[in-house]
Amino acid sequence: MAMEVTQVLLSAQAVDSTVRKHAEETLKQFQEQNLPGFLLSLSGELANEEKPVESRKLAGLILKNALDAKEQHRKFELVQRWLSLDAAVKSQIKACLLQTLSSTASDARSTASQVIAKVAGIELPQKQWPELIGSLLSNVHQVPPHVKQATLETLGYLCEEVVPDVVDQDQVNKILTAVVQGMSSTEGNTEVQLAATRALYNALGFAQANFSNDMERDYIMRVVCEATLSPEVKIRQAAFECLVSIGSTYYEKLAPYIQDIFHITSKAVREDEEPVALQAIEFWSSICDEEIDILEEYGGDFTADSDVPCYYFIKQALPALVPMLLETLLKQEEDQDQDEGAWNLAMAGGTCLGLVARTVGDDIVPLVMPFIEENITKPDWRQREAATYAFGPSPDKLTPIVNVALNFMLTALTKDPNSHVKDTTAWTLGRIFEFLHGSTVETPIITPANCQQIITVLLQSMKDAPNVAEKACGALYFLAQGYEDVGSTSPLTPYFQEIVQSLLYVTHREDAGESRLRTAAYETLNEVVRCSTDETARLVLELVQVIMTELHNTLEAQRLSSDEREKQNELQGLLCGCLQVIIQKLGASDPTKYAFMQYADQIMNLFLRVFACRSATVHEEAMLAIGALAYVTGPNFAKYMPDFYKYLEMGLQNFEEYQVCAVTVGVVGDICRALEDKILPYCDQIMTLLLKDLSSNQLHRSVKPPIFSCFGDIALAIGENFEKYLMYAMPMLQSAAELSAHTAGADDEMIEYTNILRNGILEAYSGIFQGFKNSPKTQLLISYAPHILQFLDSMDDVVMKTAIGVLGDLADTLGSNAGSLIQQSLSSKDFLNECLSSEDHLIKESAEWARLAISRAISV
Amino acid sequence: MGEKPVTSGLSCSFMGVSWTGFLIYRRSDWGLTGSSTGIDNFKQDKVMAPHDLRRPFKRAAISDQQRRRELSLQRQAQNRRDAQHQARCLAQTILSLQNDTAEPHPEFEIAAQAEEHAQDFDVRQAARLKGAEARRWFAKQLMLPEWMIDVPDRLNTDWYVCARPAGKRCFVVSSNGQRLVGYAMAPDQTYYVIDMVCWGGMSLYECTAEFRFFWVNSKLVETGASNDPSTYHRYRFKTVVIYNCDPGGLKAAYTEPVPYVKDGLLFYNKHAHYQSGNTPLVLVWKDENCSQYVLDTDGKGQIPDQQQVVLELLDDGRLATSDDPPVIFGCLDKDFIQKTGLQASTLLRFAINEGGLCFADGKLEKADLQYLGKPNRARAFADSYSKVMFQYTVRHSPLRIEHLFASVNSLSEEENTCDTDMVG
Repeated sequence: MAMEVTQVLLSAQAVDSTVRKHAEETLKQFQEQNLPGFLLSLSGELANEEKPVESRKLAGLILKNALDAKEQHRKFELVQRWLSLDAAVKSQIKACLLQTLSSTASDARSTASQVIAKVAGIELPQKQWPELIGSLLSNVHQVPPHVKQATLETLGYLCEEVVPDVVDQDQVNKILTAVVQGMSSTEGNTEVQLAATRALYNALGFAQANFSNDMERDYIMRVVCEATLSPEVKIRQAAFECLVSIGSTYYEKLAPYIQDIFHITSKAVREDEEPVALQAIEFWSSICDEEIDILEEYGGDFTADSDVPCYYFIKQALPALVPMLLETLLKQEEDQDQDEGAWNLAMAGGTCLGLVARTVGDDIVPLVMPFIEENITKPDWRQREAATYAFGPSPDKLTPIVNVALNFMLTALTKDPNSHVKDTTAWTLGRIFEFLHGSTVETPIITPANCQQIITVLLQSMKDAPNVAEKACGALYFLAQGYEDVGSTSPLTPYFQEIVQSLLYVTHREDAGESRLRTAAYETLNEVVRCSTDETARLVLELVQVIMTELHNTLEAQRLSSDEREKQNELQGLLCGCLQVIIQKLGASDPTKYAFMQYADQIMNLFLRVFACRSATVHEEAMLAIGALAYVTGPNFAKYMPDFYKYLEMGLQNFEEYQVCAVTVGVVGDICRALEDKILPYCDQIMTLLLKDLSSNQLHRSVKPPIFSCFGDIALAIGENFEKYLMYAMPMLQSAAELSAHTAGADDEMIEYTNILRNGILEAYSGIFQGFKNSPKTQLLISYAPHILQFLDSMDDVVMKTAIGVLGDLADTLGSNAGSLIQQSLSSKDFLNECLSSEDHLIKESAEWARLAISRAISV
Repeated sequence: MGEKPVTSGLSCSFMGVSWTGFLIYRRSDWGLTGSSTGIDNFKQDKVMAPHDLRRPFKRAAISDQQRRRELSLQRQAQNRRDAQHQARCLAQTILSLQNDTAEPHPEFEIAAQAEEHAQDFDVRQAARLKGAEARRWFAKQLMLPEWMIDVPDRLNTDWYVCARPAGKRCFVVSSNGQRLVGYAMAPDQTYYVIDMVCWGGMSLYECTAEFRFFWVNSKLVETGASNDPSTYHRYRFKTVVIYNCDPGGLKAAYTEPVPYVKDGLLFYNKHAHYQSGNTPLVLVWKDENCSQYVLDTDGKGQIPDQQQVVLELLDDGRLATSDDPPVIFGCLDKDFIQKTGLQASTLLRFAINEGGLCFADGKLEKADLQYLGKPNRARAFADSYSKVMFQYTVRHSPLRIEHLFASVNSLSEEENTCDTDMVG
């Protein structure tokens, strides 16, 4: 069956695109005409020591891509395809793959490792290829180090591909033994050691049982710690990666080792090369993550039931940990603020310091305070910058010194000769405003006395270098946010116009594309608008025209390069986002809403042009803005539907950018409420697309619950006309309801999702019942009632309010038809009583409604 | 093995849609030069490389775009809740009013507690929510004035008069049980309240108009409902000045300026209880001096040459007014009904032809009607007999203000004489 593929594979990598395309076409045809032959040829090519390494490598890659894909539905197809192949073909391919692990060509070995892992990922869960791990382990005892190295690498990939359940504990033990032996100092070959260390990283998830055994855990920990001292930097780095992973996976087993780990990591942070030092800091960051999670979950209140107790490692290490992190702050790189991708010791240390502050709270203050006081006025910019940064993690804990430092920082922001210091000063001011300013703060840092000065300084700083200006915008963002619930009179009102003008000026700076300055300026403008009061409503209304003009200008630009088009697209997003915020603001009160309406036609026209700019997909920001517009215009939105509809369709079909799809689903709801039964002519197509979305494996799961809610919106809008969709929508709801009932063994994330899903299902039922109210067609719903009542039985507290509302809607719409069903259902009564005695006002209100509707349904 | 499930492995998610791995690898290009079609897919690959550990630095925890999305979702969720809440409020009012007479089922009897926050809505919103049924039901709650064709007896002693506000008649229900009757003025979000049937859980149905009017005036001021609208109450409620229908009161109601657009005069019998549906104990009257809309207009806002009436088609083909018992204006013949496919209990619009209305012994005997079609969908009821008659007399021999003054004056005199007699 096999065929000579070497030449084709080489041609597929040719520089000449004609040759290349032809080769690709040939490969494609071969694959389509004879898949088993194709795969055999590729595996034969990969295993053949006489073939050029380039063709072997590509053969392996194509083989790997025939087994796995990024998209879930494609992946599923490939898995099914492999499983249905002839057993003899498969075993021949697998033999070739294993054979390749002994190749002298490292590229061939490495490729084979990955393909083996992919096959294992498919076959092991099916209880196939049982001899794989055994034969790999026998390789480990072979002499040639390159075979050992390739085998360990394969074991690492394998552990990444399969879930621990599919491997017996006995085999896990053997794998770990082989891996840990490969890491140990007695292994003479560094390549083998490195492969083993990296393999351990992936195998850690399999080692639950071994980490519960004191002796085995001690052994693993000793070998890992030894590897952090290896003369080979890559091995040290990989070993620290293992430590990071152990820190989060086996936090509760760490106590006996934490002291040693502290010494190892602090030595690495102070003395080792940067990649290693970064991992060492990351260890402490991830311990902070763990302890923050634990403390958030239990609120410091530990009982025997707690899954994981908090060992307060950070608190214990604090006296030594904080000075170590403060030292790293002084190791800034000259231009790290201009480099988007920068990540260095000072940044990692600063980030970790922030996490430490969140973990331990006030305890950090006495350790940080002297550092700030000592360094903030030093002539060396590194010291001033580090001291200023040190405020950032916990400004709320440093209140006394912040008050003193505020004036100093306001001066530094415009006067300090070093741009790095100014950048950090602006950022720190933002942090201070975020935490020490606002209606909930007892003694706000911003007072009528200093407000004007602060604004003046920030506006001036917005003319500084892009990175500094961006941070100044950020500080202004939090300054505005603090006045969010200020009432009808805002201290910002006198400066509103000047602030808006300064921000608009920033958006027009030639260098506004750097350091995401333009984005920051628009985002701050949004927050200033959101937090504005009626006093400045007129100015916000004027801003509509300004932003519309800006958006119009982007649409006039002609013949753009692809780079320019991308920038234009981004700018349109910002402008649509800004308009969305303005529309939502003005739409919130009647007088401003009516004043805004004069622009509705023009704005809609601009949004449609924004959509038309992109050929394949619609713009999420424009879609969000249209939702806000539909809410404001109400039934008048009908006139935009003929032009807008096709983009609505495109949005609903956008599986790839699922956020766009999700936003569009929300907009359908907005339009339903705006148009009510006038949406009817579009409903056939909309429902078809929504049903397709629901049954798609490609679409991100987070979009599915909102689609159910959207069913409810449509039903409420079109009433009994929803009749024709019942036969499609109801079974979908029913099967989703059944799925959501099985939550046994689910993790927190899954439980949260299940509740979101239930909420969507319940909102659908509510809308449908309410929509059919008073219709002669209510009897169509009766047959679904038993299932729905049963579904209501299994509710979590989180969705109680929606659920009890559905019970009321069901009783109200079905009336006496539902009376006996409800009366028979003992749990409905318990549920109602539980809701009636709820502390939650909203639950009680819905329960009162249900009580009334039920008593009516029963009495008739 | 440990008791705790492994949290770091792959976790399978709902419907097999998404798998979340906790390992993140860098993708690297495997050196294939750019190509199209199938091979493109081959380029995706990973190598065993150190793991990216960059964390956000000097960045806000949440982007403004994410904030926009979330605020948008919040608004949508709030709008959805509002829509559903309104639908329920409407139904709840209907149910609780129906339950005023029905015994609540013992098994589900649990003391209802009054909600503190007021959520007001009116018939217009109700009608937007749920079709003709609800509109009809609500309209039925209203006490509907008959049109004044004749001057009632004892007008100056037993009746009140007020200038009737132009605007839509509404039945305002707040979720804490207040039920008011009034006229809505859309432009300034003001309700001019005339009557009240329920307050603070107390039914005023059985109270006389005299008491109800006193109550309206004192309660609205007490609650601050007459203050300017705010976030907490979207509408302003104002009372209408009500006069005793003596010569002075009638003159004031007829001529004094009012803050609203005047549309005729309303007369209330002081002793009448609140009663839903048409009642001769509340009367409406108008002329060109106190109303812009004396003659009915058609759908286009024009006054048609011939008077138009809306009547309900009964099962047997007869055409009835909305009165109880109905007044019959004529009968459609079976062929016509069959040909046009008209169904019983639909409302139909007719013009009154030259033949006009003929009376015998004060009762309608014959009407010369011409079928025009169906009325506007918003119509809930057929015209009342008094309405048809009022429009008919306006076109032929109107009841003038002078007649009313004359009646009030003469009645005053009579009364005075009476008083004198008694004293004497």
